[in-house]
Amino acid sequence: MPIEVRHLTHCYSEGSAFRTVALNDVSFRVEDGEFVGIIGHTGSGKSTLVQHLNGLLRPTSGDVLVDGEDLNGEHVNRRALRRRIGLVFQYPEYQLFEETVAKDIAFGPKNQGLSAEETAERVRYAMDCVHLNYEKYAGRSPFELSGGQMRRVAIAGVLAMRPAVLILDEPTAGLDPRGRDKILTMLEELHARENVTILMVSHSMDDMARLASRLIVMSEGKIVADGTPREIFAREEMMTSIGLDVPDAARLCALLRAKGYDLPADLFRPEELKDRLLRLWKEGSSC
Amino acid sequence: MLNNITMGQYYPVDSRVHRLDPRIKLILAIAFIVIVFMAKTFLGYAVILGFVWMTSRLANVPFRMLLRGLKPLRLIIILTFLLNLFFTSGETVWVEFWIIRITREGFLQAAFYSLRLVFLVIGTSLLTLTTSPVSLSDGIEILLSPLKKIHFPAHELAMMMTIALRFIPTLLEETDKIMKAQMARGADFESGNLISRAKAMVPLLVPLFVSAFRRASDLAMAMESRCYHGGDGRTRLRVLKITKNDWIACGVMALLLALIILEGIFL
Repeated sequence: MPIEVRHLTHCYSEGSAFRTVALNDVSFRVEDGEFVGIIGHTGSGKSTLVQHLNGLLRPTSGDVLVDGEDLNGEHVNRRALRRRIGLVFQYPEYQLFEETVAKDIAFGPKNQGLSAEETAERVRYAMDCVHLNYEKYAGRSPFELSGGQMRRVAIAGVLAMRPAVLILDEPTAGLDPRGRDKILTMLEELHARENVTILMVSHSMDDMARLASRLIVMSEGKIVADGTPREIFAREEMMTSIGLDVPDAARLCALLRAKGYDLPADLFRPEELKDRLLRLWKEGSSC
Repeated sequence: MLNNITMGQYYPVDSRVHRLDPRIKLILAIAFIVIVFMAKTFLGYAVILGFVWMTSRLANVPFRMLLRGLKPLRLIIILTFLLNLFFTSGETVWVEFWIIRITREGFLQAAFYSLRLVFLVIGTSLLTLTTSPVSLSDGIEILLSPLKKIHFPAHELAMMMTIALRFIPTLLEETDKIMKAQMARGADFESGNLISRAKAMVPLLVPLFVSAFRRASDLAMAMESRCYHGGDGRTRLRVLKITKNDWIACGVMALLLALIILEGIFL
């Protein structure tokens, strides 16, 4: 289910003193099975963009095509489309409301009109996806879980609708390293096993370095770069100029290169940098 | 989705009216209300309209922003008009039909009373559009502070008002966000009968209340850790000062008052 965005522009508070252009002529296309990272400084329009992709916001001008269908066309069943494009908001744990974890996760499937058995099966599936033990957690109140667990429950609530495309807005924001790692591992598995297309908005370049197969860089409502992480992270100057970092490994690599070490410019994963450095060190010590 | 609430919404531009001392502005707004009630003829209303229009020009606030404040009250205004139109007795009958009797006097009175409501709303909208909520409650606090003598909690009241006002946009934003999040999970807030709609509010209200309580407790903690302990001995960051501008504003209002009094005597 490819998603195509064509010349998308969005203004908030059109026609008043508060008018702001959040998106300015944005175009891109996401194919099936991609893992796309959307990065940009605060206020660059990432969250606005993401809300257009399942029709929660209407474009001021431009189109969003899902599977070739115009999302804002007149005869489109937006609710049907929404269940195929799962959107996980920032801090999704704040949307939990039910008495038990299982009931909360069942909210989405129930709204789809699924039978009780199928709903129960979906709840099990979703909890399995987010690594929450069904026996242990299904009957507990979501409000007595830890922050990271609550977030996983919330993500499970979206996964239970079995979307073909999963969009996540800052899924790791405000979590401790372990909670963060759990979410990332879970996304990695989901992408590999279920072949779900994933779009992820994040501030964390290290998260992106680990997961994304493609990066879209946004600044002031526009796309300023679109390419593989290797291409993007090699352009450290461009990234700093719009207020973004590169992953720690890429920065370390650049510093070492400046000191005269023989390293390629496009390393950005900790493991590959480590391997290179070890090789350099062995070569150095052998002679 | 939820951004069409104008009553009490600050319009952030800079102008002479915006810069007036909030205490003076509050007193002037009260004076304006009294003046509106004192006006006896349409000529007086014309003068008041002229004053309102001039003030809105001076304040850089588009006139339609003022009119937007009328929208939530349109039912009351229309009702006032209709009640006065049908139930005022008079001499010159315009329409007589079954039990309905519309007279010239009735029409004039209906127009007069509904215009009075319109002016009251517009006048107070002018105050809230040009005064930020924070300085407004500052003004209220100082105006109420003489009542502290009889143990009236003026500071606490003003602080509560400030906090409530401050969190209205936050909670609106939050509502919007939770609504969207539940819609992304297939929730339907728009269709269905009354009962199913009320039920549909549960996924919205529970998270909203949870977040309101969380915010309140965070805020209390933040205030406490900055040594907030109520109004006793508290000084202010922005000390309010009466400037020449304020005297001019008072002068203009006095002129308006004089005109309306003259109108009452001679017409």
